[in-house]
This record gives sequence, structure tokens and C-alpha cells, in this order.
Amino acid sequence: MLEIKDLHASVEGKEILKGINLTVKAGEVHAIMGPNGSGKSTLSSVLVGDPKFTVTSGSVTFKGKDLLTLSPEDRSHEGIFLSFQYPVEIPGVSMVNFMRAAVNEHRKYKGLEALSAPAFLKLMRERRAVVEMDNKLANRSVNEGFSGGEKKRNEIFQMAMLEPCLSILDETDSGLDIDALRIVAEGVNKLKDPAKSTIVITHYQRLLDYIKPDIVHVLYKGRIVKTAGPELALELEKRGYDWIKEELGEEV
Amino acid sequence: MSAAQQYIDIFRQTKSMINKHSAPVLNALRDDAMACFEKAGLPTKKIERYRYIDMEAMFAPDYGLNLNKLDIPVNPYDVFHCDVPNMSTLLYFVVNDAFYDKLLPKVKLPEGVILGSLRQAAEKHPDLVSKYYGKLAKIENESVVALNTAFTQDGLFIYVPKNVKVEKTVQVINILRSDVDLMANRRVLIVLEEGASLDILFCDHTMDENNFLSTQVMEVYAGPNSHLDLYELEETGLKSRCVRNMYVRQEADSNVLLNNMTLYNGMTRNTTEVSLVGEGAEIGMYGMAIEDREQLVDNNTFIDHVVGRCRSRELYKYVLDDSSTGAFAGKVLVRPNAQKTDSQQTNRDLCMTKTAHMYTQPQLEIYADDVKCAHGAAVGQLDESALFYMRARGIDEHEARLLLMFAFVNDVIDTINIDVLKDRLHHLVEKRFRKELSGCASCKICK
Repeated sequence: MLEIKDLHASVEGKEILKGINLTVKAGEVHAIMGPNGSGKSTLSSVLVGDPKFTVTSGSVTFKGKDLLTLSPEDRSHEGIFLSFQYPVEIPGVSMVNFMRAAVNEHRKYKGLEALSAPAFLKLMRERRAVVEMDNKLANRSVNEGFSGGEKKRNEIFQMAMLEPCLSILDETDSGLDIDALRIVAEGVNKLKDPAKSTIVITHYQRLLDYIKPDIVHVLYKGRIVKTAGPELALELEKRGYDWIKEELGEEV
Repeated sequence: MSAAQQYIDIFRQTKSMINKHSAPVLNALRDDAMACFEKAGLPTKKIERYRYIDMEAMFAPDYGLNLNKLDIPVNPYDVFHCDVPNMSTLLYFVVNDAFYDKLLPKVKLPEGVILGSLRQAAEKHPDLVSKYYGKLAKIENESVVALNTAFTQDGLFIYVPKNVKVEKTVQVINILRSDVDLMANRRVLIVLEEGASLDILFCDHTMDENNFLSTQVMEVYAGPNSHLDLYELEETGLKSRCVRNMYVRQEADSNVLLNNMTLYNGMTRNTTEVSLVGEGAEIGMYGMAIEDREQLVDNNTFIDHVVGRCRSRELYKYVLDDSSTGAFAGKVLVRPNAQKTDSQQTNRDLCMTKTAHMYTQPQLEIYADDVKCAHGAAVGQLDESALFYMRARGIDEHEARLLLMFAFVNDVIDTINIDVLKDRLHHLVEKRFRKELSGCASCKICK
């Protein structure tokens, strides 16, 4: 589904990603862990086409297409979804109008007609249930005045609405209490499908207790330095990152 | 010859004609008004409150004046389709500066309400009109007012007696219609007695592609405990020049809402002054301007808290594209006795290009110590992170921009209390942002 080859990217002239290689197959759940500042969020931003980041070399193929040439909106249409670490507040744009525009643009891309108002509202109702989001939030402006937990829930709600084939969850667990974490994680699991893949970026094992990864990577200084099974996450939780730095021959 | 001189000369040559086609109450002020105008001339950019608009350029061209009140061969009902239809309003037309009385709505107004030609009202009810006419709009303070007072022959007069509520919204369509370049000097006088209530919508349009200069002086008296919602919607043309001066005086516990929306224009100057002279009076002053090309909108406002316990809310928003210009000046004066004043002023502006210019000047003068006053002004661009967030959800960049621009002006539209008008405005603003609206979209003639 996704194939990243020797990806280099920089922000404001500073190189952050220094040769990422990663392959995600359909149905797989990958976890990307790593210390702060290692480039995890940069990787997710680059994959969705955030104009703040510049790709300097390398390639990304998504479902056989050259992802890096696509606009952010077309990457979304093709099925990539990022659950933002910091969802953006958009005062004055209601969730309903925002989602209607998004869903209908997706349909247009697929050559489908726009959803009728009743059909759209029905879809909203159904998908809201996935993350136990109440109607009031749906009628408010996008993320405006939402609590941290509500914002993350709203991200997963949008994911449920857009049905992506590759979801990237960028620290979706940060700032969540235990109940909100459970709701969000269960929401993600409800949306799981053998044809769909997920990349989970996180610092903590606790999210991975809910969303079981098939493969765990450690990103460090812009490179993936270790890849293993789910047991790697547990080991990191216990031992931290120092032993990995030692393995790399760094002094700790 | 200066631009001012040509008006002085025309006045001298045509004074008897002007008087002949107007009413004594209006004629009585002309000479003094012209004397004031001669003394002051047209405002120049050296005057602070006219820094951002070239009044000379507005008045300099050679416009025709229909001082002889020749009939304009037009039935506005036949040719005109306003962009705000189906509001089941009481619909009236003012063509250039004259109230159109050949065909009036069949609905009867409540007992005692006068709504019609200012000239006729001044003839029929001279005592009533002269009590109010020219009292708030002072010829010695503003030379544009002086010029308008010297030349005006007609306009609109509305009188709502004590405790009378005009239930239906009154809609007045100001049409500029002429086969040659034209200047029209319109006058509006609105008097609400104690406890009276009125909702009124003014729609300004041009019906021809000629150069138009319109001056309008409006005086509004809001009696104690009266209620007025006054909306102004400008959808004129690129060749239209509008100078509007509005003076509002509010007595105790009166509640006035003003909302001035410029959707399409050429060059517009709105001067709005509100004086809160009775305790408990409330004013909501709102406005928005959507501009592109070389359009210019200059809103100059002044709220005078003369007495205490009054409340003012002010919100203006501009969206400027291409090489358009916006100016906003908001002065709020809290006089020494105006304790417990509650005042808020906000101006927010979007410049979509590097060639669009916005000038904003919040001015607060507070001479009382127990007051709550806030003000804020900000000029900026669309929020790039919001834009990216929307694109990441699949919303096309152009569409995302439109949604954000629409959201930006939404809170000004939301101050409208008439639901059909609010819905209509949402639609019109969307059309405007999609560049599907042009000044003459609303009339058959230009199509």
C-alpha cells in the first residue's frame, strides 16, 4: 500500500528526515515510536503534503501512485488520512458544513454525486456513534472550544466519515484521559478492515494495548533504526531509548 | 476650477429651480448650507477623518443634476428585481433622490404612521418635519452634509407615532437610474416616537452603467424605549460613488441596530454618528465590506456616550481582494458623566493579496472612570494552518478559501434579526465570493 524509499525532508532549511525506508502492506498496523524530536511528526506531515515541509529526495508510492506529486486534497481523496496531533480550530465553519464539503469532494473525486442532505445527516449520525460524540459538538464550529479529548475524538470521527485506506494517528493518545483514550482507541478498532492500514505514532505503550501493532519501528534522528514485532514496544516502555542509542554506538 | 466651485456656481444659477421643486422646510436651510460649503470646500486628505479617500476625485467629474425633476421614464416594479426578494416586505422605491409614489404597496400602514416622500411630508406636515429636519446633520460640521442640504429636493420621510409597531419589515430600494452621468442628493428622515418600533432594509442599486455620485444624509431620532433595526445593503456598480452620512440620536432605553453591508460598489464613504443621550440606550453598529478590483469602502464611525448606563457594540469586517482598499475609523467617546458605560469595538480585516490595503483606526476617548470599554483591530491573511487542515480532509484549496472567507464575515451576518434576510445574505455573500455577483446582476436592463 505504502512504500517509502530513502526519504529526506527538511523544514526551514534544516534536514529532519535523513533517509526513511518503510513499507506498509494492506491490513497492517505499524507503530512508530522514538524520542522527542526524532522526526515522527515530520514524517506524518510530509506524507499528507504539509507545505511547511520540503522533500529533498527519495520517493513515496501509495497504491502504485507517486504520492509526492499529489496535492494534499488529492492525497486525502486517494485515501490517506492524518489524525492531527494538534487539530486546528476553524471559527465560523460548522462541523456539518466542513464535513459535508469534505465528503462531497471525496465523492466528486470518485465520480459520485453529492449526498442528499438527509443521507448526509444520517451518515453523520452513524459515524458520530463510533466515537460517542454528541450532536452538540457536530453543530459547533470545527474544534472551536473543544477540549483536548473532544478534539481527538473529532479526528477519529472525521476518519470514520472519510473511510481512508491508510490512517496515520499522530500522537492521538496525547492529552487524553483513560476513558477518552479507550473511546478513541475503540473507535479506531471499529473502523479496522483487512484492506486498510494504520500507522500509529506514539510515545507510549498504553495506546498499543488497545490498538495492537503488527510491526514496531523506532525513529531516531531522522532514520528508522530498529524494526521488530510488538514486543519491541513493551521493551521500550521498560528500558527507554538509551539501549538503542548504545546499540548505535552513541555515548549515553 | 476646483471641484467645489462648480457646485457653488450651479447652486447660484439654479437656486430658484431647486426651490421650486422642493418644499419650504427644505428650502429654508439652503442658503446657510451653501455658505457653510463655500467656506469649508470639499474635505481634503489633510483632514484626518478623510485621509484615506479622495473626495475631490469623487466630486470632480461633471455629473448631471435633475434639479428640474424631470420624470425618469421607468417603472421600477417592472424592471427591477432585488436580490432580496420574497421577504414579504412593504416595498418602496426611491429613484435617484425622489420617492416613487405612482404605485405603492396595498398593505395599509398602522394608524398614524407616515411613510413617503420627504418633500410631500414637508408640505403636508411642515411643523413635524421642521422640528427634526437638519437638526442632527449639522451643516457647519461637515461640508458634504452642507452640500447635500443645499441641493436636496426630496427623499424619504418615516414617522412612527408613540407605541406603534410597524410589524412588517419596510424595504426601501434606492435606485440610481439615468441615461447620462448623474448626481443625486437624497435625504432621509426617520422619527420614532416613544415606544415605536421599525425594521427597515435599504438596498442601494444602480441600473445603468453611467457614472453616478449619490450623497445621502440620513437623520434618525429614536425616542425613549423605541426599537429600530436598520440594514443597508449596497450592490451598486464599479462606476458608482456613494457618500452616506447618517446621524442617530437615541433617547433612554432605545435600542438601535445598524448593519451596513457593502457587497459591490465603486467608491463608498459611510459616515455614521450615534449619540446616546438617554440612559439605558443600546446601539449595535455592524458592518462588512467585500471588495475586489479597485473598489474602496471607507467606514467612519463615531459613538458618543453622552450619558451613563448605555451600551454600544461595534463590529466591522472587511475582505479585500485584488487592489481594493478598505478604511475603518471607529471613535468612541465616553463623556465625563457617562459612568457605567459598556462599550466594545472590533474591526477584523482580511487582505487576500499584497496589493489590497486596509487602514484601521480604533479611537477611544474615555473621560469617565467607572466604565467597561474594549477595542481591538487586526488586519491579516487567511489562517494557513486552517487552510491546510481543510485540504488534508480533501477540500479543494479554492473551496477551503471560500469557506474560510465566508466564516470570517459570518458573525456580521449573524447580527441580522430577520431570518429570511440572513439566509439571503448567506447566499449573496457566497455568490460574491465566488465572483458570481456583479453590481447589475439584479436588474433586467443590464442583462
